[in-house]
Amino acid sequence: MSGGAAMEARDIVSGYGRIGVLRGASFSLMRGECLGILGHNGMGKTTLLRTLMGLLPCRGGQISFEGRAIERLPAHRRARLGLGYVPQGRQIFPALTVHENLQFGLLAKSGSNEILAQILDEFPELKRLLDRPGGALSGGEQQLLALARALCGKPSLLLLDEPTEGIQPSIVAAMIERLHDLRARRGLTILLVEQNLDFIQGLADRALLIYRGEIGREIPRAALADPNLVEEFIANV
Amino acid sequence: MDLVFAIGFQVMSGVATLLITSLGLAIIFGMMRVINLAHGEFLMLGAYAAILSAREGLNIWISMLVVAPLVVGGIGFVVERFIIRRLYGRMIDTMLATWGLSLALIGAVTMVFGNTVAGFSAPLGSFAIGGFTASAYALFLIFAAVVLLGGTWAILRFTAFGLLARGTMQNAEMASALGVSPDRVYAATFAAGSAVSGLAGALIAPFSGVVPTMGAAFIAKSFITVITGGAAMLAGTFSASSLLGTVSTLGTFATTPVFGEVMMLAVAIVLLRLLPQGITGRFFRRAL
Repeated sequence: MSGGAAMEARDIVSGYGRIGVLRGASFSLMRGECLGILGHNGMGKTTLLRTLMGLLPCRGGQISFEGRAIERLPAHRRARLGLGYVPQGRQIFPALTVHENLQFGLLAKSGSNEILAQILDEFPELKRLLDRPGGALSGGEQQLLALARALCGKPSLLLLDEPTEGIQPSIVAAMIERLHDLRARRGLTILLVEQNLDFIQGLADRALLIYRGEIGREIPRAALADPNLVEEFIANV
Repeated sequence: MDLVFAIGFQVMSGVATLLITSLGLAIIFGMMRVINLAHGEFLMLGAYAAILSAREGLNIWISMLVVAPLVVGGIGFVVERFIIRRLYGRMIDTMLATWGLSLALIGAVTMVFGNTVAGFSAPLGSFAIGGFTASAYALFLIFAAVVLLGGTWAILRFTAFGLLARGTMQNAEMASALGVSPDRVYAATFAAGSAVSGLAGALIAPFSGVVPTMGAAFIAKSFITVITGGAAMLAGTFSASSLLGTVSTLGTFATTPVFGEVMMLAVAIVLLRLLPQGITGRFFRRAL
């Protein structure tokens, strides 16, 4: 992967109604990099991703993606530019079959069936589930489906919102492996928000801390390995 | 025996009429949660579009089956663009706005064409069931209801647009994050629902007569059918119109048309008391 910034956010302000959640968050993300953003509940992780994706209005600051200002674009335009989104709670279309969920991801960007075949090679466990309604899958299966569905649009940057939430620990390790594999194969850039330390440590090249709507310093890799050190780090922000 | 067939035929044509006149409303409500109180006037506009183009010498079938849905679909597209789009998610406001639109349409059509009943006779003759004669056009209505229901189902189930519409209906935000513009899906759905209403208006015109206020006779029944049907719009509309159409037709046979409609309302009320989510809230839940 060539260098250069895939995404840059400067001082973004966002929230729900009158309640401000993000109060000037900034970060930059290199092409091919996997950046983890660590934070407890309520610190603005999901709000950050929803604002980057265009599902919440950006009330201040700038977001650029591949050198292009996107903070005023609607979500579907951002998706077509190459942003892929795996939301919190997975948001599988419950009454569509697994196949239709994937087809939706393809159609939205007029992808071909070759892409689908490739994706099913990468996610073989979805093959036997193709005719099941999305709502009938287990949490882990839904997570895989959400990831596969996002990849149907051939994104260059993937936004992952707490992929380990509600997933068995045994599957979390498999998920890390899967994402490493996808990164290597597709040269994906990934922005991951999580509160699961192991997951961030296992996947991210670099981790930043989000605290009360601001993105703080980089967390040293040495600290990531030790939950106590991270707690100490958070306490000293 | 002939009487049984004759009554059975009447029931089927009653069900078909109810289904045809409710489907446009069901599509718009089922897909978008928008209650279109101008639905009756969309029917009326469809009837006028058909009758006027037939008077201009256009073939009656083309006037009914092509002109009426195209005209009303176009009107629906404009209405969505200028009124409905601004009110998504505000059900009461949408109802008020479409009610106002309904009054405005009645007024406008009355001003242009006058408050007189126009009509055209059913384009097909009649046929005999034993000692009874039945209208061949009613048979055509039954056929049209089947085609409309099946066609809508097939579009939703098998086409790309149908898949995008179903997904957007389930989760509009996720649809947009996958690259689909919900606005465009809604605009197309509203126009399609309007077109079905326009077609329905043209189809029932030979039986109902064409007056500016003709919509009022249908909006209440369509509305009750859609609400009784519940969340699954096709299975719901089909089951509710089958039930309510049967009750109303049999009630009409046994007593008078007025009492038939009273019975239909009574059944709908009892049913909604027992199944507040409508028929498909309990049965056929996985259907479209």
